[in-house]
Amino acid sequence: MKLYCLSGHPTLPCNVLKFKSTTIMLDCGLDMTSALNFLPLPLVQSPRLSKLPGWVLKDGNTFLDKELKDCSGHVFVDSVPEFCLPETELLDLSTVDVILISNYHCMMALPYITECTGFTGTVYATEPTVQIGRLLMEELVNSIERVPKAQSASLWKNKEVQRLLPAPLKDAVEVSTWRRCYTMPEVNSALSKIQLVGYSQKIPMDQASLKNSDVLILTGLTQIPTANPDGMVGEFCNNLAMTVRSGGNVLVPCYPSGVIYDLLECLYQYIDSAGLSNVPFYFISPVANSSLEFSQIFAEWLCHNKQTKVYLPEPPFPHAELIQTNKLKHYPSIHGDFSNDFKQPCVVFTGHPSLRFGDVVHFMELWGKSSLNTIIFTEPDFSYLDALAPYQPLAMKCVYCPIDTRLNFIQVSKLLKEVQPLHVVCPEQYTQPPPTQSHRTDLMIDCQPPPMSYRRAEVLTLPFKRRYEKIEIMPELADSLVPLEIKPGISLATVSAMLHTKDNKHVLQLPPKPAQPPASKKRKRVSDDLPECKPLKPLLSGAIPVDQFVQALEKHGFSDVKVEDTAKGHIVLLQEAETLIQIEEDSTHIICDNDETLRVKLRDLVLKFLQKF
Amino acid sequence: MPEIKVTPLGAGQDVGRSCILVSIAGKNVMLDCGMHMGYNDDRRFPDFSYITQNGRLTDFLDCVIISHFHLDHCGALPYFSEMVGYDGPIYMTHPTKAICPILLEDYRKITVDKKGETNFFTSQMIKDCMKKVVAVHLHQTVQVDDELEIKAYYAGHVLGAAMFQIKVGSESVAYTGDYNMTPDRHLGAAWIDKCRPDLLISESTYATTIRDSKRCRERDFLKKVHETVERGGKVLIPVFALGRAQELCILLETFWERMNLKAPIYFSTGLTEKANHYYKLFITWTNQKIRKTFVQRNMFEFKHIKAFDRAFADNPGPMVVFATPGMLHAGQSLQIFRKWAGNEKNMVIMPGYCVQGTVGHKILSGQRKLEMEGRQILEVKMQVEYMSFSAHADAKGIMQLIRQAEPRNVLLVHGEAKKMEFLKQKIEQEFHVNCYMPANGETTTFFTNPNIPVDISLGLLKRETALGPLPDAKKPKLMHGTLIMKDNSFRLVSPEQALKELGLAEHQLRFTCRVHIQDPRKEHETVLRVYNHLKGILKDYSVQHLPDGSIMVESILIQATAHSEDQGTKVLLVSWTYQDEELGSYLTSLLKKGLPQSTG
Repeated sequence: MKLYCLSGHPTLPCNVLKFKSTTIMLDCGLDMTSALNFLPLPLVQSPRLSKLPGWVLKDGNTFLDKELKDCSGHVFVDSVPEFCLPETELLDLSTVDVILISNYHCMMALPYITECTGFTGTVYATEPTVQIGRLLMEELVNSIERVPKAQSASLWKNKEVQRLLPAPLKDAVEVSTWRRCYTMPEVNSALSKIQLVGYSQKIPMDQASLKNSDVLILTGLTQIPTANPDGMVGEFCNNLAMTVRSGGNVLVPCYPSGVIYDLLECLYQYIDSAGLSNVPFYFISPVANSSLEFSQIFAEWLCHNKQTKVYLPEPPFPHAELIQTNKLKHYPSIHGDFSNDFKQPCVVFTGHPSLRFGDVVHFMELWGKSSLNTIIFTEPDFSYLDALAPYQPLAMKCVYCPIDTRLNFIQVSKLLKEVQPLHVVCPEQYTQPPPTQSHRTDLMIDCQPPPMSYRRAEVLTLPFKRRYEKIEIMPELADSLVPLEIKPGISLATVSAMLHTKDNKHVLQLPPKPAQPPASKKRKRVSDDLPECKPLKPLLSGAIPVDQFVQALEKHGFSDVKVEDTAKGHIVLLQEAETLIQIEEDSTHIICDNDETLRVKLRDLVLKFLQKF
Repeated sequence: MPEIKVTPLGAGQDVGRSCILVSIAGKNVMLDCGMHMGYNDDRRFPDFSYITQNGRLTDFLDCVIISHFHLDHCGALPYFSEMVGYDGPIYMTHPTKAICPILLEDYRKITVDKKGETNFFTSQMIKDCMKKVVAVHLHQTVQVDDELEIKAYYAGHVLGAAMFQIKVGSESVAYTGDYNMTPDRHLGAAWIDKCRPDLLISESTYATTIRDSKRCRERDFLKKVHETVERGGKVLIPVFALGRAQELCILLETFWERMNLKAPIYFSTGLTEKANHYYKLFITWTNQKIRKTFVQRNMFEFKHIKAFDRAFADNPGPMVVFATPGMLHAGQSLQIFRKWAGNEKNMVIMPGYCVQGTVGHKILSGQRKLEMEGRQILEVKMQVEYMSFSAHADAKGIMQLIRQAEPRNVLLVHGEAKKMEFLKQKIEQEFHVNCYMPANGETTTFFTNPNIPVDISLGLLKRETALGPLPDAKKPKLMHGTLIMKDNSFRLVSPEQALKELGLAEHQLRFTCRVHIQDPRKEHETVLRVYNHLKGILKDYSVQHLPDGSIMVESILIQATAHSEDQGTKVLLVSWTYQDEELGSYLTSLLKKGLPQSTG
């Protein structure tokens, strides 16, 4: 069993498992942090961005000044943003049989895999994953395609050139494999290859079935282990209220699905007590409406409390009421209706969290210059300082409230104690404390035996030893078996059977009866008598008690039996038949003339004293 | 021999009171727990005393499965769990769990509040009963205990309806509940995979019907409603609150929209709005088209259909009213029917099956003078129409499902005996499987012959698949091993491993036979002749001439010595172990025949 690790991002894994002639890809996350190296894509021409000076090498060489721009000391690529794909060279991805997707964040690289590698297998995911994943992809494609950029930079990617660039561009990995965003037809084609699976459908999903597994692959833990999600939500509400009360606007860069539902639920409970009932909330995304609608119809996948609401019947999330009472309004983009309804001060939820594309770019340009306004970061996927870099200098306040509900290290260690896997495999990042908090040894995975770590483009041989395989015995064969109790509670039966193997499934059947040779055979050849297939005889065990053996011989008409003792046992002589039987503790040797009847008789007598295996 | 036993307590050669007991590999499962609409006495519930006589039901039954929320499938549940007493798990899908208690409460109200019956289950009992319910997802494999597992499949029919597969080891039963094999305006078609159950228990409501195209039926329905409304008549459509009602509402809504009709459409119970809410929240259980478009336009938000008030029934002018219940056996539909029955301008359309004993069944079978409570005679002058809109599979659909699942046996329930008989013959002819149709209380036994799962040591499996002259892994091969049986665990290992595990030593049995051959030549020449002879015959075997002058055939050793007295005779010593018995025996008899002259 081998594990091919195609992604180096711990929360956006892409691993391939090869096992028993099956190749399974586990998740295919897309590392979008690469987009932070690019200039934002403004919806309307931004004079500030277009006036940024080109970057010039120390020696004054200007050959890169069309591709790279300088913004307050940071260098950005002036081109359509590109993403870092999972490794495609490590193994032939067209040989992947199955892709299993665990959640919608971990499927964003799917179109690259299914459309560009010759992949012909099946993708499995649950319905909510597919629907929400589709929305995320739609939003991504939409926000990039609606701002066509004439310029495409590629000079800087040259290895020789890249070495000359300032950090972080200099250190960016695998830039040659960075790709532009896929298109909607590619998304549709990729999604059409997905086979929906239900909850706990063969692929077990509850914790109990993970118990005592041989190998547990642990990815996607919290990226902000020091922040408590509940505390962060509280801080989010406070900062939001403070800004709005003093007449400022709040900008919340977010994905169109996920944490936004929680934020809206908290605000729903908070706004009346905080006196914010008249402040409009805007949710702007090409998929805003779909996301809000879809969130209400998958109650079966929600926690128990939300499930019971549906039985009443009430919508599981309270944002339905916010919409009904006009407190929350949603728009596909800033164009159209939004510009008419737009009132300030207000709260805007919009994407993309990288601040490089999507409607958020517009609000950054619009509100960035006033210190009354606040931007609150809640998505943990991007460094907020890097995200803000191309907008510097910035007057608006900036609050960082990362909300990451993935497992933290305390929860992981509890889980490992309960599940007790034989081995743990995880990204290398989890085997040491975070670089910024090197003293926090509690912020790493601690288990025995120590976890096996992987990094991008590594192949692990998993320490997995199978000793048994399932096989089925047909009832007719089972009936023919003769079990023998060897020790108390342990019975044995020798099995000679036909082994049928199909689709990795094995079945044992009664062996066919030997075919009777046709009666009217004209000419018999010597080779006709050859034993057809090598029939297998069982192993023997036990010992022959000489006295009883001699008695048995006499009973069968041998009158001249003579026994001689030897160093290791006995020799039994049948004088007339010129036959000699050497009996030792664990062997018997019959030496006789070529008298088949006699030999078979003696053989069967000996076998009576032995057990067959 | 392992067996599966099936006893219908209800729905055996009958429609109503569905309740089927299944025993499979020592597990007992009750499928559905329904009431009978045709009876008001003891017969309305299944006879649960049959199950254990006096014992506790919880001890006997491993679980109860409810296929969907119709009362003839779940109406006896609170009685069963709270009054007879059952505390084990009850499984149903999420929508069924949501809607079932509402219909039960409705049923309770009609029985207790309107008819004044006592000794019936209470609201609290319904609540307590629902606490025992475990909701399942479609295609989720639920492990009821270590051995028994169940899995739900989509059944169409009504929102949340499911078919269930019940499995213990390699033995399995599939139960369809009520299902529909053609997608309609709001639900998809039933689907099951090729699960090859030992037994398929199928409903057979429309065992003999092959229904014409859906489109024709819809056109017919709309035409009749339209004509009646045009001439100022009133149309009564008795329905159950959930299911066909939504289907027909969607149909009328779009028709009214298109034709720009003004006559009011009402829906009778307070349930409607709630019901439509359920459809909105459980939209993933509806059909593809509705799911695709629900973000833009939710099909369950009706513009033309309004809530009905009792007073409206006396309003002049045309109207269309959907009223519950669907078989005209009680409640509002029956009240309106009594009001409108005397006018020949009016029309009642029965869109579904009616159980024997109900008013619906009576008027459909042509009765026009009905004896109501208090000996009052009601003369029916209004037009009576029947349109099969119930979402049951027709004969074609049932055959299609059997084709999908490939069962080894079929058992029919939820239908009328005569019609079942016809379908049974058809099934036996076409699929060559046995088909049964037991009456209530009649037990049918099926013998199964399951394979026995065993763990085989990987070493043995690999050794055996590698053996033999053919490299083709798919070709069946003869293999040999030892089965170790210990504490209910079965392991198949190589004989060597079995000996080792048990701490036993191998006992080697060896034979050495003396074969006399007439050959005056030198010993090594004799050996060479023997070697050439064997090589010529044993083409598929390894025959070696060893440097020490002996011959090896596979692992059988042949040595030659001169005869001590007769120089013209050579003695061949053929030596083999018991494991090579066949070949050794063959070799001695072959050599006994002597050497052919030509090989000299």
